[in-house]
Amino acid sequence: MFVSYKWLQEYVDLSGVTAEELAQKVTKSGIEVEGVEVLNEGIMGVVIGYILEREQHPNADKLSKCLVDIGGEQPIQIICGAKNVAKGQKVAVATVGAVLPGNFKIKKAKLRGEESNGMICSLQELGMEGKIIPKEYSEGIFVFPADAPVGTDAIELLNRDDAVLELGLTPNRADCLSMLGVAYEVAAILNREVKLPQIDLNPAQEKASDYIKINVEAKEDNPLYVAKVIKNVKIGPSPLWMQTRLMSAGIRPHNNVVDITNYILLEYGQPLHAFDYDRLGSKEILVRRAKEGETIQTLDDVNRTLTSDHLVITNGDEPVAIAGVMGGANSEVTSDTTTVLLESAYFNGGTVRKASKDHGLRSEASARFEKGVDPNRVRPAGDRAAYLMAKYANGEVLEGSVEVDTLTIQPSVVSITLEKINRVLGMNLSVNEVKDIFDRLQFEVSLDQERITVTVPTRRGDITIEEDLIEEVARLYGYDNIPKTLPIGSTTPGKLSDYQKKRRVVRRYLEGAGLYQATTYSLTSEDKVSQYALEDREPIRLAMPMSEDRSMLRQSIVPQLLEALKYNSARKNDSLGVYETGAVFLSNGQDVQPDEEEHVAAAITGIWHSHLWQGEKKSVDFFVLKGIVEGLFNKLGFTEKVAYVQAKMDGMHPGRTAEIQFAGERIGFIGQIHPSVQKELDLKETFAFELKLKTVLEAENGPLQYVAIPRFPSMTRDIALVVDIETVSSQLKEIIFTTGAPLLKEVTVFDLYEGEHMEEGKKSIAFSLNYLDPERTLTDEEVTKVHEKVLEALKDKAGAVLRG
Amino acid sequence: MQEQLKELQTAAIQKVEQSANLKELNEVRVAYLGKKSPITEVLRGMGKLSAGERPKMGALVNEVRERITEKIEQKQKELEDAAVFEKLASETIDVTLPGRPLKEGNHHPLTKIIEEIEDLFIGMGYQVAEGPEVEQDYYNFEALNLPKGHPARDMQDSFYITEEILLRTHTSPVQARTMEKNKGKGPIKIICPGKVYRRDNDDATHSHQFMQIEGLVVGENIRMSDLKGTLEVFAKKMFGKDREIRLRPSFFPFTEPSVEMDISCKICGGTGCSVCKKTGWIEILGAGMVHPNVLEMAGYDSKKYTGFAFGMGPERIAMLKYGVDDIRHFYTNDVRFLKQFSAHE
Repeated sequence: MFVSYKWLQEYVDLSGVTAEELAQKVTKSGIEVEGVEVLNEGIMGVVIGYILEREQHPNADKLSKCLVDIGGEQPIQIICGAKNVAKGQKVAVATVGAVLPGNFKIKKAKLRGEESNGMICSLQELGMEGKIIPKEYSEGIFVFPADAPVGTDAIELLNRDDAVLELGLTPNRADCLSMLGVAYEVAAILNREVKLPQIDLNPAQEKASDYIKINVEAKEDNPLYVAKVIKNVKIGPSPLWMQTRLMSAGIRPHNNVVDITNYILLEYGQPLHAFDYDRLGSKEILVRRAKEGETIQTLDDVNRTLTSDHLVITNGDEPVAIAGVMGGANSEVTSDTTTVLLESAYFNGGTVRKASKDHGLRSEASARFEKGVDPNRVRPAGDRAAYLMAKYANGEVLEGSVEVDTLTIQPSVVSITLEKINRVLGMNLSVNEVKDIFDRLQFEVSLDQERITVTVPTRRGDITIEEDLIEEVARLYGYDNIPKTLPIGSTTPGKLSDYQKKRRVVRRYLEGAGLYQATTYSLTSEDKVSQYALEDREPIRLAMPMSEDRSMLRQSIVPQLLEALKYNSARKNDSLGVYETGAVFLSNGQDVQPDEEEHVAAAITGIWHSHLWQGEKKSVDFFVLKGIVEGLFNKLGFTEKVAYVQAKMDGMHPGRTAEIQFAGERIGFIGQIHPSVQKELDLKETFAFELKLKTVLEAENGPLQYVAIPRFPSMTRDIALVVDIETVSSQLKEIIFTTGAPLLKEVTVFDLYEGEHMEEGKKSIAFSLNYLDPERTLTDEEVTKVHEKVLEALKDKAGAVLRG
Repeated sequence: MQEQLKELQTAAIQKVEQSANLKELNEVRVAYLGKKSPITEVLRGMGKLSAGERPKMGALVNEVRERITEKIEQKQKELEDAAVFEKLASETIDVTLPGRPLKEGNHHPLTKIIEEIEDLFIGMGYQVAEGPEVEQDYYNFEALNLPKGHPARDMQDSFYITEEILLRTHTSPVQARTMEKNKGKGPIKIICPGKVYRRDNDDATHSHQFMQIEGLVVGENIRMSDLKGTLEVFAKKMFGKDREIRLRPSFFPFTEPSVEMDISCKICGGTGCSVCKKTGWIEILGAGMVHPNVLEMAGYDSKKYTGFAFGMGPERIAMLKYGVDDIRHFYTNDVRFLKQFSAHE
């Protein structure tokens, strides 16, 4: 809502308060003033001139030579390029020395050999936006009314010596979608009076009811319809002050009748509609739901097909307006209109919203109906419009109005105790301080000791409960004056849950291991949604996605991380590791919330470590990433529960991928991204893992327990085994452990050899075996005995022989 | 004989002094102290002396030997030190060369902000509550005093999956769920961080996915002054002690009275600049006293219980705190962006 400071003065005395100060006060009391626009951007020296003569410029087809009276001793000559300039016009003249927006100074000039002592201005040249300027003047100079006094300040006459406050209204404050509503608010803030607009109807003998009948079929959608008839109107421009006020609110002036309806909309917040009575085609108005498929051509010349959701005003037969949204072209007021049927009605907000949404027609009128108009302003608004039409369109207002009224208007009465107000606010106000605030708001108050009963005017439909009254008190008393305290009384222990603590451990560990935390989108495309998913479930699609790229909920994180690597790679950062913890979404069927499983995933690519001047350079490989995963489980105390099993998976390298098992259950994967995917994404060798983090963090890991440091020496035996190339180290390790227990404590792989000097299909793998008895020093014989058994078992179970 | 010994001593010491290295020094040792040395010869000749002279002479010989030995040891240490010094000198490195880099990643700036806020409120007795990102319409709207058809639903255009299931548009459903779980009993003190989603086109200031962090306190005597005090603690801790805070009345369907909090602009110090749109203030968060309908719907007696809630956007806070100018940076994961947030402040 744009509020002209000058216009507002009509209803509230603003003396002693500048527009800036007013904006501050209004903002602090609850309606945010998003900006204060000073309309006159430094314009000086523009006066009203009267064009005495106009002739063709002798040397230029498109220029006119004008002789203009600007109230000086002598008329001045001005060369003007506007097409519509003519003798007898009153126009805005920027005289020599004048300043226009952008600090543009007017100087004496010669144009094609003819002297020009100033400039005749269009409204654009005076800093006004083209879209609010009356259509007939939007391409040329503005013509002032004939009674504009020559030589006076044109800026003042255009009401550009004004400031406009832009209100950012929250949905509850629809009352301030009107100048009167703003006036009540400002009056309460400043503790001043509200002056209501003048209505002075002087009705004709003829009765409106002789001209029109009103029927409302859809009474719930339209509980109050008031029609007035104004005869003998003369369509023409509205008075300049009205035009300028409309323009300051961002509305383009049309003609007096339409401007008056718009003016009342701004003044009262009540949308009105003016029909050309003679073009209605009947003497009847019938308000009903539209028939399915019924059509109407609206004012904007668009043919619209209606449904039974839409409320229409009809002439008893066919629609003449979509109620509260837009009038029909068939009954529009034109320059030939002589009799106006004026509609002032109360339409249901929901019905209007549906129609304005369905037709993509958001208007000043629909916005107000949607948020709810003040039912008590329907009649005064109609009366005031009729009064203005009589005054400024030469109209004759017929006696009475024709109404259908099924609306019950009940102001809300809310009662509260002083104790409650003070308790909720943490303050200590007196009953008089509270009463004073309601008085300023012009709410009716009755006191019964400390019980305060407030009758809320219908214009403030947002106030229905005690808390609403508390807010009114708090905001007008000033939020600044509320003390600052901290909650007292019983409280809760502040802490993270075990799960949350462990999640932080996981994040810090992965960051310490060299990975950057990424945050990617949950929404992804159909082709990526199930890539690398750990569960086979139906993907979840949005009902109305904004794009195909963001249409489905991810089932895995790895594709998003690969996307991030691709983005960085394309920017020459091709060596990088990223991780993310976050939810993946697994459907449980229609209309049921899906399972949201927290996963952790990481992806690494390029050079992992380099220290060039020392000749160190290491690319990422499977074991770099596996080391990170092993460390993670170690950090969480789960090393024993985890196994890595060779696996195949779509999108992964067939020979370099493992399934990660946790207590025997598959909870993730690790491996190299399939070379064809790497190529597609333009990535170097890239490795990734994804784990069901929730499963891991929810598992019990038992308490930490100290194990005594051995006091006796251990004994180490190294062995190199020749095995089939398919034999995996974990199998050998398993054999060594089970056979070597309990003296065998540790087994470490320290060498792997394949290739030359090896028999075809064989490889050599070397282990270091550590034997220890915590109670005593082991003898060589004892160890040899166990060691022999281990070697035998390796030979029997895995065909492993000692390398010669 | 005495003189002979003196001469030997002088000659030996001179040789020791002249030794250039350990090998030469050893030769001197052998020459003067070895089995075939002249001093040993002198000792051998002692038999010819009288019993009275013998001890005297013996003492003298020993003294000479000790002197020479002492000198040799001294020289040996000198030579060894010099050798070590030379060796170390040859090992000199260029200490200005770069060190072996530790592989290091760091947390995302939004995590940094969220964890900072979590820790601040944990210190004030709050717990961290989380909830689903795919929500029921009931928890996202209805339980928060936004019945179907409420005009304020326009404020948050949402991603629906079905008519009843949608991506949550704010973290407030976690409040509703927590209250419901507490079955009408207080106190509740929670902070709820998480991802939320709205139908916005991604641009410099909008993102279809973003973070929110909300707080909720419900108890038997929670006052609006408590909200004000709490928010001030938060703002000063987060943005600095010298920042002013301002509360403005506002509107949210789930709170009444409602509040918006501004902090004084850091850039201009409150005099007005382009960052604060010439107002001197920057909007940080929305808050208010929990609406009685919200309390009642979650099973709380609104006559007995009151509460306050607040909500803010970590992206906005990060943008203000670190001067980030485009919200999309938080989601493109450009490492040149991510690595800027590793340092502790």
